[in-house]
Amino acid sequence: MENRKYHALRWNKASFLVDRKALLAGIILAILFIIVIILSLGLGDVFISPVEVVKAIFKQSTSLNNLVVHSFRFPRILLSALAGMGLAVAGAILQGLVRNPLASPDIIGVTSGASLTTVMFLTFSSSHEASSMNVSIQWLPVASFIGALFMGGLVFLLSRHGFSAIKLVLMGIGLSAGAKALTDLMLIIGPIYLASQSSIWITGSVNGASWSSVVFLFIWSVVFIGLAQILTRRLNAQAFGEKVAVGIGNNLKRDRILLIILSTALAGGAVAYAGAIGFVGLMAPHMARRLVGSSFGSVIPVSALIGGLIVMISDLIGRTVFTPLEIPAGVFTAAIGAPYFIYLLYKTGKWR
Amino acid sequence: MDLEAQSITVGYGDDPILEALNLQIPKGKVTVFIGKNGCGKSTLLSTFARLIKPSLGSIVLNGRDIAKTATKKVARDLALLPQGPVAPEGLTILQLVRQGRYPYQNWLNQWSVEDENIIRHALKVTNLEDLSDRPVDSLSGGQRQRAWIAMVLAQNTDILLLDEPTTYLDLAHQMDILDLLFALNRTEKRTIAMVLHDINLACRYADHIVAVGDKKIYAQGAPEDIVTAQLMKDVFQMNAEIIVDPIFGTPMCIPHGRGRNLLKQRQQENTQTERPQSVQ
Repeated sequence: MENRKYHALRWNKASFLVDRKALLAGIILAILFIIVIILSLGLGDVFISPVEVVKAIFKQSTSLNNLVVHSFRFPRILLSALAGMGLAVAGAILQGLVRNPLASPDIIGVTSGASLTTVMFLTFSSSHEASSMNVSIQWLPVASFIGALFMGGLVFLLSRHGFSAIKLVLMGIGLSAGAKALTDLMLIIGPIYLASQSSIWITGSVNGASWSSVVFLFIWSVVFIGLAQILTRRLNAQAFGEKVAVGIGNNLKRDRILLIILSTALAGGAVAYAGAIGFVGLMAPHMARRLVGSSFGSVIPVSALIGGLIVMISDLIGRTVFTPLEIPAGVFTAAIGAPYFIYLLYKTGKWR
Repeated sequence: MDLEAQSITVGYGDDPILEALNLQIPKGKVTVFIGKNGCGKSTLLSTFARLIKPSLGSIVLNGRDIAKTATKKVARDLALLPQGPVAPEGLTILQLVRQGRYPYQNWLNQWSVEDENIIRHALKVTNLEDLSDRPVDSLSGGQRQRAWIAMVLAQNTDILLLDEPTTYLDLAHQMDILDLLFALNRTEKRTIAMVLHDINLACRYADHIVAVGDKKIYAQGAPEDIVTAQLMKDVFQMNAEIIVDPIFGTPMCIPHGRGRNLLKQRQQENTQTERPQSVQ
């Protein structure tokens, strides 16, 4: 099997088969990733050239540049990258698990659960007169996070009995609809400014990112994306359907639970800090599969890179093109993502 | 490798699918399950493969209850090819066949020399070496089924269970697949148990036929011994002639049916109904 497409790596008892095409795609995307980070750091109200950006990263540029790069742009860019990566990997896992390329983190209720608790949080924190607002806003991600995990967990528990992929999807859609109705109700009965504040969150925005949230989301993503990478063989097995998976010795139930936990945790973390950014979880795994085929060992890392790129670029456009207006990143992931997605479906003839 | 069902009941309540059924899969032979649609032959195979858990009784593999053995360990002794499996879009043959090594791998050991040799062998016997980088969904029906068989072979098990491996294939490809399976049985001594719909092909390729009917085993044995007109009547509720296959001498079933007698029958019926009129 030592050929143009694969390269075998073996040391002692460890052995891997490296897909050369996927490796190349990964390297190119990683380089692109770094280029986009540097470009994003330089673009904005204050323009900083790439050379100065690199200097500023190491605090070697002018004090203004250092400040802009470190305090304003870097945390925001990293947060958008991490959120995109998390959503993309969560989507890739779900698509394999449910064996349907149209699955995304939205369907397991994560997004709608987070939206609900976020709006609840905004409602209750703002009802105690103006003074409490500034105190509590930093707890917003915690509220979203709890909502995401709670909803994901609820969908999972309710579809547990006689667990099947279709049951999970239907339960997710049902509960999401319920959560959305509650969210809308709160928005309508709540004060006017709540609606505009919430709608920014619901569309998905990384405005106001802080280093502490970056650090948390970074650790969270490394742990769970790492676990996802370790479990790719099991995900590959699950993607063959129940019968084949059992036949080759996959522990169907246990691995499903593990993979759903991973997916919920990743989407929940992303949504908590960046809001309900749509389409990334659907689109990134698709693009990854077109690039490197459908083996999850390659799809997971490549999806992560593509997802990070999509959200970073969307946020870059959102905060530069329409200045002084700032458009949430989620508007662009959807505005660029939806037509692209339709084009993809159309081109591949999957809509017969 | 011994595989047997010990008084298994599958399904619940007053109307189970299989009831108190005992069956030993003959070692090193080709066993074929036959029976009419919905008789439970696929259920029986799925129960042997641990896809379905019997409500009573147990499936015993090498003296151990299969339900109490780690599924990964079972997968090293017993492989299953379900009916009409679907590979993820764009997956190549090599990626598919690699899945067969799942029970031997872990996340640190994903491509051992043994994996490579066994996969190469599986691709060779299924004649897919040159196609290994082709996506499974771009293959013809016969090639695709051979790719799946290669995956099952990569599991390197003594026992192969196959649920209607020839469905959706034309006759030439059916023969191709059955010849391949028969060769695997004879040259590599693998025990094969499968469900087939075609009685004549079942008789040709089976050493042992298991006729499933009415929640239990109606009869089992060599095709020459058990496939009779009476069996066809009892198991399939169909009148048939059993003649000798001109090539292999195995039983061959010619169903009566109505076929071209349709017109003759009509004429008879017409003359019968017209007769009183003509009398008038």
